[in-house]
Amino acid sequence: MSDLHFDPAAPLPTLPGHSSGGRLERILRAGKFAVTAELNPPDSADPRDVYDRALVLSEVCDAINATDASGANCHMSSVGICSLLTRAGYSVIMQISCRDRNRIAIQGDVLGAAAMGVQNILCLTGDGVQAGDQPEAKPVFDFDSTSLLNCIRGMRDDGRFLSGRKITVPPRVFLGGAANPFVPPHEHRAVHIGKKIAAGAQFIQTQYCYDVPMLRKFMDKVREQGLHEKAFFLIGVGPLPSSKTARWMRSNVPGVHIPDAVIERMEKSQNEKAEGKQLAIDLIQEIKEIDGVHGLHVMAYRQEEFVNDIIHASGVMKNRQPKRPARPPESPAAPITVSA
Amino acid sequence: MYAVRLWSVRHAKGLNRFYKGFEKILVALHPLWNRIGYDKVEKPFQVFEQATKGFLFDCQMCGQCALSSTGMSCPMNCPKTLRNGPCGGVRPNGNCEVKPEMKCVWVQGWAGAERMGDLAPIKDVQIQVDNRLKGRSSWLRVVRMTRKVGEFAPKPPKAPPARKPVVADAPKPATPGEGKAA
Repeated sequence: MSDLHFDPAAPLPTLPGHSSGGRLERILRAGKFAVTAELNPPDSADPRDVYDRALVLSEVCDAINATDASGANCHMSSVGICSLLTRAGYSVIMQISCRDRNRIAIQGDVLGAAAMGVQNILCLTGDGVQAGDQPEAKPVFDFDSTSLLNCIRGMRDDGRFLSGRKITVPPRVFLGGAANPFVPPHEHRAVHIGKKIAAGAQFIQTQYCYDVPMLRKFMDKVREQGLHEKAFFLIGVGPLPSSKTARWMRSNVPGVHIPDAVIERMEKSQNEKAEGKQLAIDLIQEIKEIDGVHGLHVMAYRQEEFVNDIIHASGVMKNRQPKRPARPPESPAAPITVSA
Repeated sequence: MYAVRLWSVRHAKGLNRFYKGFEKILVALHPLWNRIGYDKVEKPFQVFEQATKGFLFDCQMCGQCALSSTGMSCPMNCPKTLRNGPCGGVRPNGNCEVKPEMKCVWVQGWAGAERMGDLAPIKDVQIQVDNRLKGRSSWLRVVRMTRKVGEFAPKPPKAPPARKPVVADAPKPATPGEGKAA
């Protein structure tokens, strides 16, 4: 067995030249095509809701993204989800949005997360509060995604807080940033990503890609600047459940670009759900051939059951099977006794 | 004013040149500011700076102006106050995700930087803002930074730590009540 097939629950030594001891960084640095997937966070306080969803995804992905109130909607926190998942040996990418917490809270969370075994952090600006279900909330934005990357890199590499105070054991994390090649200013998007990479991003996850020609143009500019050699690019994909949802997403989810041709293709089909799945498979097959693409980031909101089929049908994993961690042993529900 | 702000970005190159010249004059006048006292000129500068930059750029007086690195588009007008924008939520027409009727401050900024003919300054990573400087004059701060005075004065080399009195053998005095609420 190669060193890529290991028990994710076992702690790993940090290899030379690696920032983290994580599985995602190992897979990417070994030149394998990586797959990450987003976990739909529960609106509940039951850990089983997290484990059930993670189990479905973990069979086909190298790391699970724990979102941080994405779309400015309140769900279980990314720190909470990561705490549960790392405990069970899953490889996670903790997302941090700058919308809800200030620099003091975020630096503390980074240390807490690293202590729990989080090896990957994705730094995001975050959607505006107006996009969510509580638009009356106060937007924080003490950092932006780039200055946040810079801050966490300083914590890791210099072992210091922003104040300069020393951190005795720095967080060993692999840092990521987000890219959206599908919205203006198109001609500057690649340069802008170069800025995030200069600030510390080691991997990039993109917004949903439904427009491959536009992605190609972006990747051309990425390669022109040699950015694909400085960071790993994971392209966002996801199945569309219906043409109606596609139209809704296009006009209501910030930053989602879906060309008319895609919506027409959905509308013409007999079975829109199956067509959405096939569309995702077709997109992946085109995307994986683009030079400079190192992997995929699957976002299948409320369609987690399709992720397995999509990944296998597109053949991106080849014969690689991410090892599924053992489920935490189920203890028989012990009656709660209260000692007098 | 929104229309003037857009005009300023369209004329980013000329404004930036003017701005650089103006900065040189302010720096050259350091002996004057110093004689009057930086504390005393602070307030009039704040009023003047807010009036002019407020008119031209909708300046929000963050106190740490980055206009020449942001294509002369004030980043504090971004609803997310991004210093390294744009975010991924820009609308297809180049307008803001949060305020759909407003052109994205950072789409404007990159266009301004292009007009200035040099993308190097906008590529600099801007760190998070120092919230203590809000409302203060950014111009005077630049003068002090260039002249290395005030808060930017070189710090004297650290004196070697004073030798601790040798009390190692003495028993530590007990501190009853420490850590307890009064």
